[in-house]
Amino acid sequence: MSNVASENMHHDDHVHHKQSFISKYVFSMDHKMISKQFLVTGLIMGLIGMTMSVLFRLQLAWPEKSFPIFDTLFGKWSTDGHISPDFYMALVTMHGTIMVFFVLTAGLSGTFSNLLIPYQIGCRDMASPFLNMLSYWFFFLSSCILMSSLFVQTGPASGGWTVYPPLSALPKAMPGSGAGMTLWLVAMIFFIGSSLLAGINYVVTILNMRTHGLTMTRLPLTIWAFFFTAVLGILSFPVLLSGSLLLVFDRSFGTSFYLSEIFIDGQALANAGGSPILWQHLFWFLGHPEVYIIILPALGITSEVVATNSRKPIFGYKAMIGSIMGIAGLSFFVWGHHMFVTGMNPLAGSLFMFITFLVAIPSAVKTFNYLATMWRGNIKFTPAMLFGIGLVSLFVTGGLTGIFLGNAALDIPLHDSYFVVAHFHIVMGSSAIFGLLCGIYHWFPRMYGRMMNPQLGYLHFWMSLIGVYMVFFPMHFMGLGGVPRRYYAFTAWDQFAIWNDMNIFITYGAIIGASAQLIFLYNFIYSIFWGTKSVQNPWQSNTLEWTAPQEQIHGNWPGEVPQVYRWPYDYSRPDAEADFVPQNVPDDVVPVGWVHAPKGKKDDKI
Amino acid sequence: MSHEAENKLPTKLWGGGRSPFNVEYGKLMMWIFLLSDAFTFSALLIAYGSTRSSFPPAPVHEAIAFGSHVHEGELAKYFTPSTQGVQLAPGIQPHWPSPDLVFNHFPFLHGHHLPLLFVSLMTFILIFSSVTMVLAVEAGHRKEKKEVAKYMYWTIAGGIAFLSCQAWEWTQFITAGASLTSNPFGPVAFADLFFIVTGFHGFHVLSGVVLNIVITSNVVRGTYERRGHYDMIEKIGLYWHFVDLVWVFVFTFYYLI
Ligand code: HEM
Ligand SMILES: [Cu+2]
Repeated sequence: MSNVASENMHHDDHVHHKQSFISKYVFSMDHKMISKQFLVTGLIMGLIGMTMSVLFRLQLAWPEKSFPIFDTLFGKWSTDGHISPDFYMALVTMHGTIMVFFVLTAGLSGTFSNLLIPYQIGCRDMASPFLNMLSYWFFFLSSCILMSSLFVQTGPASGGWTVYPPLSALPKAMPGSGAGMTLWLVAMIFFIGSSLLAGINYVVTILNMRTHGLTMTRLPLTIWAFFFTAVLGILSFPVLLSGSLLLVFDRSFGTSFYLSEIFIDGQALANAGGSPILWQHLFWFLGHPEVYIIILPALGITSEVVATNSRKPIFGYKAMIGSIMGIAGLSFFVWGHHMFVTGMNPLAGSLFMFITFLVAIPSAVKTFNYLATMWRGNIKFTPAMLFGIGLVSLFVTGGLTGIFLGNAALDIPLHDSYFVVAHFHIVMGSSAIFGLLCGIYHWFPRMYGRMMNPQLGYLHFWMSLIGVYMVFFPMHFMGLGGVPRRYYAFTAWDQFAIWNDMNIFITYGAIIGASAQLIFLYNFIYSIFWGTKSVQNPWQSNTLEWTAPQEQIHGNWPGEVPQVYRWPYDYSRPDAEADFVPQNVPDDVVPVGWVHAPKGKKDDKI
Repeated sequence: MSHEAENKLPTKLWGGGRSPFNVEYGKLMMWIFLLSDAFTFSALLIAYGSTRSSFPPAPVHEAIAFGSHVHEGELAKYFTPSTQGVQLAPGIQPHWPSPDLVFNHFPFLHGHHLPLLFVSLMTFILIFSSVTMVLAVEAGHRKEKKEVAKYMYWTIAGGIAFLSCQAWEWTQFITAGASLTSNPFGPVAFADLFFIVTGFHGFHVLSGVVLNIVITSNVVRGTYERRGHYDMIEKIGLYWHFVDLVWVFVFTFYYLI
């Protein structure tokens, strides 16, 4: 046992040694650098995805108008300043894929799991720094492959981010089913590799390498969220891997796992015996947990930021852990709610419906706990806090429409309409982006040693909030009015003409939202180099990352790693001098058992 | 720092400062990797199950017709040769073939109907190699380098034997006319799934053999002796048993049922 412990508690010889440029900035094995690599790659991908959405929004708002910029950017995919229907689909597909996987999965959890897991559990680095590095480079490679598909002759994948067969399984089905689709699959396989390597590392690090005294129930909620995010990835991405493997065979080797009785140009294909529904099951077995892979880290970040900036202990710490577990567990049994229109057995549909409704319980617990934490708190409205509050707002708005869509009877008419687009953009897209931004504002001083400009932060927040609601709120009504998603223009249908003005309104919203992100980007880059220097613990927070010296060193703490005596939410304790008591303050300075354990119950100590 | 940790503080299992499972991180990683790999295989097997259940099962009369002996004339009743290989005779419903009739060959015993005998032998070989792996791990606990190496050689031999058997079986099936786009015994999905499932498993065995070879060469060169423990053997052992376990499922679902 003793040699096990010493092996786990990392090698002190890591702490001091000289590094070359390559090993420090490129093939770095330091979690802090890898975290920045994920962040920067994620932000670049986010910028690309956002630009795409603004471009196709222009066309949706003014379908008759000619935009020369389309000709410049898209070349043969645009005629007289109009995006061609094929390429509109390609843009939407790439936008969805980039946002869901590359920005909000790898970008969000890659950045903050890497930054915070070692810092907040008090260890010197990930369990395996090497696999950690590998995970980033797999992700990087995957991003490059996906981007390269924009430049192949037949265009990128264009069957939607869910790549349903038969469009994705028959290279001849449409232009985007060709090389672009193959590259999409290859990119995805690398992406899955990256996320498995990362996830295994996170889980093992959290289990094995917590510092002395850091019991599981003293972990910050960020760590709990990252833990279950990683677990979800480990259990669901492999299923997409198998599914993709079968799809590769269908595409390239003539098998028929997903194909049956297909005609192209009146010609019957030889494929028989497969079922496209099989893909939907395999895809959504990943796909639903995937939305929690996206939102859980954002919720974890928010818990931390809301408690710190309300100067109050988080309300219902154990309930928060329980609801994370509940959400994670339930997420494996609800995938069928994406498939109500496949003609599934009504009994199965009812079960999926029922379990889907159950998810509302832990989600509501989390929401109420945020509100209760803020209730009568001494709130500090930092930009991070605003984004945290924004996340709660979006989570409620989007959560409510989830209850509509979880109901099979309502989902059948609403499926594939803008109602769905509104729902998932608010509850998963925007709220997770808000979580990401919240985390960036909060931990920027930890990452770069400087502060971001708060004034620009406020501007960024309000423009983003207004933009998001302007874009996605009206889409609910369009969806209820029957407007279908994934259409490049609605000019061919008179009944949709009433939405013309609404489409223009939405596009203005998108432009406001996108401009806000440019302000953010400016603030981010400017502050890295010229921001005001931050102090060591600028938000007066309790977690361990703020006990590490300002200047970042390999191994995080110069001497011994800090030891933990208490949970991370001892804010505003009347018996302590400061209004915060960091986790490494010993029991004899401020007694441990005050807030979360009744007085005298000392067995909570180690 | 770790010395300080051990000396000063009593540690609870989950109290931090130690692994709650008393394992070092590499082994825990292996366990978690295997958990995720189990999901990879489950997905393939579920794909298999759902595809198979969409076909009618083999009718009884076929089993009787082929049960005793396979005659050319008997075959012709159900299959007609065509330019693209053998095809189902007109009017015969494609049903899921009975694996007993597809995999009934044994090397050098041509013309005998020996259902699943060969694949049983393969299964035996693989399970046997798991036994030798256990012995290698056990020898590692005793830190007996020679013994470890010996049992690792046996394990590698078992792995290679299994792969060779698989190659032979694939060859049989392919020479009978099966491929990813055709299957003389029934629906092409049968062949597709056979190749994918056993191929993916075979790929795992192959990777295992390669890793075993690397690790054995480390054993022989004394790497682990110097390190003072043979944990590496345990980690690769976990993988090997897992691959073995997966085969039991493949064997059950694909061949027996
Ligand atoms: C800048 C803000 C954004 C705008 C203006 C925007 C706008 C849109 C629009 C108009 C569509 C296409 C609707 C259609 O034609 O069917 C779409 C699709 C989509 N978006 Fe966004 N979006 C934004 C951000 C995001 C984010 C942050 C995510 C991350 C989850 C996201 C994920 C998706 C997905 C998954 C699709 C569906 C793609 C498909 O149909 O396959 N979007 N977006
Ligand atoms: Cu879902």
